[in-house]
Amino acid sequence: MRARVFNRTILYVVLVIFAAVFLIPVYLLIITGLKSNSAVGLSHMWAWPNPLGFSGLSQAWQQVAPDMLNSVYLAVSATVVVTILGAINGYALAKWKFRGSNVIYFFILLGMFIPYQSTLIPLIRILDKVGLFDTIPGLALVHIVYGIPMMTLIFRNFFADIPGELIESAQIDGNGYWGVFRHIMLPLSIPGFVVAAIWEFTQVWNDFLFGVAVTDPPNQPVTVAIVNIAGSQHIQWNVLMSSTLLASLPTLIVYLVLGRYFVRGLLAGSVKG
Amino acid sequence: MNQSGQTTASESPVGVNKIRRPRVRVETLWAIFTLIPSIILLGVFVYYFIFWTGYVSFTKWNSFIQDMHFNGFRNYVAIFQSFRFQSDLRNMVFFTVFFMLGCLILGLFLAILVDQKIKAEGFFRSVFLYPMAISAAATGVIWSWLLNPTTGLNLILHAFGIKHVPQWYLSTRILPNVHIASISGGFPLAMIAVLIASIWQWSGFAMALYLAGLRAIPEELKEAARIDGAKAMRLFFSITLPQLRPITTTAVVMLMASSLKVFDLLYAMTGPGANFVTDLPALNMFDTTFQGNEFAQGAAIATVLLILVLIFIIPYLIGTLRKEVSK
Repeated sequence: MRARVFNRTILYVVLVIFAAVFLIPVYLLIITGLKSNSAVGLSHMWAWPNPLGFSGLSQAWQQVAPDMLNSVYLAVSATVVVTILGAINGYALAKWKFRGSNVIYFFILLGMFIPYQSTLIPLIRILDKVGLFDTIPGLALVHIVYGIPMMTLIFRNFFADIPGELIESAQIDGNGYWGVFRHIMLPLSIPGFVVAAIWEFTQVWNDFLFGVAVTDPPNQPVTVAIVNIAGSQHIQWNVLMSSTLLASLPTLIVYLVLGRYFVRGLLAGSVKG
Repeated sequence: MNQSGQTTASESPVGVNKIRRPRVRVETLWAIFTLIPSIILLGVFVYYFIFWTGYVSFTKWNSFIQDMHFNGFRNYVAIFQSFRFQSDLRNMVFFTVFFMLGCLILGLFLAILVDQKIKAEGFFRSVFLYPMAISAAATGVIWSWLLNPTTGLNLILHAFGIKHVPQWYLSTRILPNVHIASISGGFPLAMIAVLIASIWQWSGFAMALYLAGLRAIPEELKEAARIDGAKAMRLFFSITLPQLRPITTTAVVMLMASSLKVFDLLYAMTGPGANFVTDLPALNMFDTTFQGNEFAQGAAIATVLLILVLIFIIPYLIGTLRKEVSK
């Protein structure tokens, strides 16, 4: 019995040490964000903010607020459009399989794994040709297209778990393709929509590659903005850390509030049926 | 996830159809019709663009002016002869191997800890997984300061009295430094910094996968494995690990795919580094194409990268989809 208590203690000590190590970056972001301009200085990076000051945060906010707004436009519009597309695709592929539907599913899924570098050159050419290069709608379109595979996957797996008997009885009641979708699938798929929307929002918000390739200031998303700030010579260190904190807050808050659904999206991405 | 009977039911929700109907069901037409927009979009943005990039990689388009004249394999020869791409390949091998091992070992370790019916399990799980919710760009910015040789973690090492602090990503040392082609072969020590940041970000993913795997192991097997002492080790290697093999396959494929695509983190954290000690192909492609305007060579790098990813993603995808169909 005593050995057991001892082992439990070691277990918790190890857990707490690892948790502390994992939290170091966020600890640094927060204490630096709360330092006044006089208290910053790289030599006492780890010191507790004393006195507390919000000048770093407010300067950072002034700097990245427009880019945050760009990211909001992007993430919200792409998420709304692509979850709807994903739900429609997932329904078709899960419940109305036809000859060749698995082949179509395979080619849709493959789009999720390719390195996007192999699409960038034509992507930029074509966006330029249709006048969408360096625009927020253009970048949103890119996110919508490359979000289709994952959204289709999430909804297809979600709908596959809805029993066929429910659909049969709905059909007996006179429901067709869309009747079944509206009266059976949609009411049961709220958690599916939450998983999909969280995933897509996080993906779009956190994207950097498309943002840096397709937009320039002032149309850049916030991820590109903080990297540009980090690369500039005259930047106060607390302002940079505060900008990074602000840029990370939306997805962190979503994760803290709806983490359960985030994990489901993460595991769904591994294509386990 | 599929209970027996569900899959068959989903294949023909109408049930057994006794009347012969030669014509296509209207539902099937709807299904195909609603898939068309996505098929067109992905057909253009994925498959046509890949084809286009592949085509560009065989042209003479290596300046700002588009020149689509055929150039044979010269772009591929050029990149494989270049110091930078050779460095990339060296870095990629080391990065991928250590990244995967790091994430798998740490992820499994954390999953086992969290699976011990601990208090505050939700808290610890959240802490180990939250880096996945942060952008790789932000991760790069933060870790470029944490692993900056003159500040960050080195301040803490100093406080512990360590005089010779690591140079982290500014280190130019390569071990064991043997000459291969035009580069020095070996492990660039600067990569350790990139590995720390990316393992910090991704090990929670491996943990989440393993935790799901551990929870799927039958309770009797797990109870037996939970006994303390030397016996537990044997049970772990003879029961738990074999049970986790499918999860490990999934994790390896996913981590490999992500490690080959590392771009944001490098761009934000280190850049290519001195003598390209922290460069990887995805970053090289971007610089070559959009800074150097060597579109054809950039396309060649992108195509090599694509082939590397497809080589193991396609068999994996076919495998998982087959298994699902036969279930």
